[in-house]
Amino acid sequence: MQKLASFEVNYLQYLDEGGKPANDLPDFADDHEVMVGLYRSMQLLRHLDARAVALQRVGRMRTYPASEGQEAVGVGASSCLSDRDVLVPYYRGTAMMLGHGVQPHEILLYWGGDERGSDYQNPLAKEDFPIAVPIATQMLHAAGVASAIKLRGQKDRAVLTEIGEGGTSEGEFYEALNVAGVWNLPMVCVINNNQWAISVPSEMQTAAQTYAQKAVAAGIEGLQVDGNDVIAVKDAVGKALDKARNGGGATLIEAVTYRLCDHTTADDASRYEDAKARAEAEKKEPLGRLAKYLLNLGAVNEKQLDEFAVAAKAEVEKEVKIYFDILENKPQPPSAMFDYLYAELPERFRAQRDEVMRRGGE
Amino acid sequence: MSIEILMPALSPTMTEGAIARWLVKEGDAVSAGDLLAEIETDKATMELEAPEDGVLGRILVPDGTEEIAVGTPIGVLLEDGEDLNQVELSLAPAAEPAPRAAEPAPSPPPEPDEVTTSAAAAVADDPAVPAGTEMVTMTVREALRDAMAEEMRHDEDVFLIGEEVAHYEGAYKVSQGLLAEFGERRVVDTPITEQGIAGLGIGAAFAGLRPIVEFMTFNFAMQAIDQMINSAAKTHYMSGGQLTCPIVFRGPNGPASRVAAQHSQNYGAWFAHIPGLKVVAPYSAADSKGLLKAAIRDPNPVVFLENELLYGRTFEVPQLDDHRLPIGKARIARPGTDVTIVAYSIAVGVALEAAETLAAEGIEAEVVDLRTLRPLDMASVVTSVKKTNRCVVVEEGWPQCSIASEVSARLIEEAFDWLDAPVGRVTGADVPMPYAANLEKLALISADKVVASVKAATYKD
Repeated sequence: MQKLASFEVNYLQYLDEGGKPANDLPDFADDHEVMVGLYRSMQLLRHLDARAVALQRVGRMRTYPASEGQEAVGVGASSCLSDRDVLVPYYRGTAMMLGHGVQPHEILLYWGGDERGSDYQNPLAKEDFPIAVPIATQMLHAAGVASAIKLRGQKDRAVLTEIGEGGTSEGEFYEALNVAGVWNLPMVCVINNNQWAISVPSEMQTAAQTYAQKAVAAGIEGLQVDGNDVIAVKDAVGKALDKARNGGGATLIEAVTYRLCDHTTADDASRYEDAKARAEAEKKEPLGRLAKYLLNLGAVNEKQLDEFAVAAKAEVEKEVKIYFDILENKPQPPSAMFDYLYAELPERFRAQRDEVMRRGGE
Repeated sequence: MSIEILMPALSPTMTEGAIARWLVKEGDAVSAGDLLAEIETDKATMELEAPEDGVLGRILVPDGTEEIAVGTPIGVLLEDGEDLNQVELSLAPAAEPAPRAAEPAPSPPPEPDEVTTSAAAAVADDPAVPAGTEMVTMTVREALRDAMAEEMRHDEDVFLIGEEVAHYEGAYKVSQGLLAEFGERRVVDTPITEQGIAGLGIGAAFAGLRPIVEFMTFNFAMQAIDQMINSAAKTHYMSGGQLTCPIVFRGPNGPASRVAAQHSQNYGAWFAHIPGLKVVAPYSAADSKGLLKAAIRDPNPVVFLENELLYGRTFEVPQLDDHRLPIGKARIARPGTDVTIVAYSIAVGVALEAAETLAAEGIEAEVVDLRTLRPLDMASVVTSVKKTNRCVVVEEGWPQCSIASEVSARLIEEAFDWLDAPVGRVTGADVPMPYAANLEKLALISADKVVASVKAATYKD
C-alpha cells in the first residue's frame, strides 16, 4: 500500500491563561492603541450582552444569544476586516458585526423584534448580510458572495463568516467548504467552538479530534487557535484574509473557546452543564487574560481599566436609550409589511396596501 | 420614577411561571444587573435581574407562588430617594390598590391524572371513542409524550431521533421522561443535521424500523425536504412496492409568537401537496394522542404537524389502553346549522371562538376540524355544507395554494349546487411573518376576521 495523503493540524496560541506570552508575539501585539482598542471592544460587548439579557428578563428584549466568554473570537477576527470586505454573520455574531461598524442599538433592535435593526446605517457595513438564524445557511451565502467577488474580478476583497461548532455537522457547511476549495474562493470561515450546541457537548457532535481538520477534505487550509487569546485570533484571521484577498483561497479557522452563558435567553445551561467544567473555563476567559497582558505591557493601569468599564457601561446605556426610543416611539407603519415584499409591489398587493393604510392599520 | 417589575417571559412560548425565591428583601438597594429573584418555567430556572439601579420597594408576589401569568406585576423598584408611600398612591389608580400578594393564588388546573367525566362531550361525537369513556385532563405536550411512550412499549422497533430529544427532553419538552424509560438506544440525540436525521431515519425505515424523527421545529425541516419528498414519499412507488417507509416526521409547525419570518410559518399545504405522504395536523390533546399513535403504526411516511402554542393547552383525553384514531377523518368540533367553518390545528380554536361570538348574534356555526390534511376528508366537509349551504375556511398560513384553496375548489366541484354564497377564506397575510408585534398582529388570523367572513357568507353585514 502506498500513502497518498496525510494531514496535520496546527494550533496557535500567543497568550497563555495567565496573559503571559507563550510565543514570539506578532508586531501588532506591541501597539498599545491596537491592543487597548481590542480590549475595549470586548468589554463593550460583555456589557451589551449583560444588558440585553437583563432586558429580556423584564420583557423588553426577545430571545437573545449572548457571547460571554467568546468575545476574543469575534472581536479579534473582525478587527482584520477592511472596508471592502463583506461580513456574513450568524446569530452569535454580535462581536463581528460591531467590529465592522454595526451599531449596538441596531443589534438590540433586531433581537428586540424589529427588522429595521438589519438595515445597517454605517457605510462600512452596508454590504454586510443580515444575521443568519437558521443553522449553517450563512456558509453557502458566504461562498456565494466570494464567488461573486471572483466572477467580477474584484481584487483585494474577501468574505468573512462565522459558525458554531454544532453548525459544522450540517450538510451546508461541507458543501460550502467544498466549493470554496475547488473554486479557490476568497473566503474565511471562523468556527466559534464554544463546546456547546445548546445542550449537546462537543464530544457528541463529532468524532474528529478537531473541527479545523474538516478543511482537509475540502482541500483548504485549516488551523486551530486559542479562541480566548485575541492576539492568536487576530493574527490567524488577518493572515487568512490577506491570503484570500490575494488569490490564495479559503481558510477554516477553529477558535477554541467556551460558552460562559446560556445558549440563548430561552435556555438554562445549569440544567445540563457540569459546574466544575464551567469553573475551569472561567479561569481561561479572554477579557481578564488580556487585561493582565495590557498591565504587564504597561499599556494601561488599573485605574484606566476601571474607567474603561464605566465608559463601556455608559456607551451601552446610550444605545439602549436609542433602542427604546425607536421601539416605543417609532413603530413601523403597517405599510412596512408590503414595502419590502417585492422589489416592485405587484398590482394585487398595491390594492391591499392601500386598504391597510385606509383603515389605519386596524 | 418607580418601575413595576413584571413577570418576565423567559422564552417566546412562556405564558406563566413560578417565583422560586426572591434573592433580595424589600428595602434592599440594587444595581442594574443585580439578581432579584429565581424564576421557574417548565423549561428552566432563571434569574431575574434588576433593570435599573434603585431600591426594591415592594414584593407583590411572594416566594413559591406558581402559575403567575407573564406580565403580572411582581414587585416595585424605586429610584433612590423615592418614597414608597407616594409611589403606592401614584400606582393606585392604575393597579389594584390592595397588595396583589394578599390575593389568593389562582387555583391550579386539575392534575393530569385527575379523572373527570364532565367534558366528555368534547369527544363524545368521535365514533372512535366509546360512549361513557372516562376522561383525563392533560396538555397536548403530555398527550404527545404518552402516545410515543405507549407505542415504544408496544413495539421495540419504534425509536425517537432528533436534536435535543434525549438528555434535554426536547426543545419544547415533548419527550419528557422518554430517555429515562427507554434509554439512549431508543431515544437518540443527534448532531445538528436535519437532512442527516431525515435521511438516516428514512434508511432505518426502509430497513424495517419505525423511526419518529423530531424536528425542533418544522422550519428546520426545510433543510431536509428533499429527503422527505424525493426519498420518503416516493421510494415505495418507485421500487414497485419493495420498500416501505414507516416513519413519522413530527414537531411544531405554524406561527409561534414573535419569532419572525423564518420561524413562523405553516407547512401544512406544502406537505399536503405530495402524493405518497400522509399529513396530520391535530388541534386537541385527544386527537394529538390518538393520531400520533396511528401515525407511528402507519406503514407510510406521515408528516405530523404539531403547534408550539398548543403544547401547553389542556384538553380532555379518553382514558383508554390504546386510544388510536383513524388518519383521514375529520371531526365536528361544534355542531351548527347556518354556516360551516373548516379549520385545522390551532385555527380550530380561533374558529370555535368565532362560533361563540356568532352564536350570541344568532348565527349557529358548525366547526369542522380536518385533523388530517392528506388524505383530506372532503366527505365530512361536503356533508356539513349540504346542511349549512355556506362555508368559511380558516387557516394559519398563506392564502395561495393553501388547504383553504383546496377545500374551496373541491366544494365548487362537489357541492356547487348546495352553496348559497362564495366560500370565504380567512388566512394569514400574504407576507413573510413580520417580527414587530404590531405588524405580526395584523398578519395573523383572528376570531374577528372569521366573524367578518362568516357575516359576508351569510349576508349579515
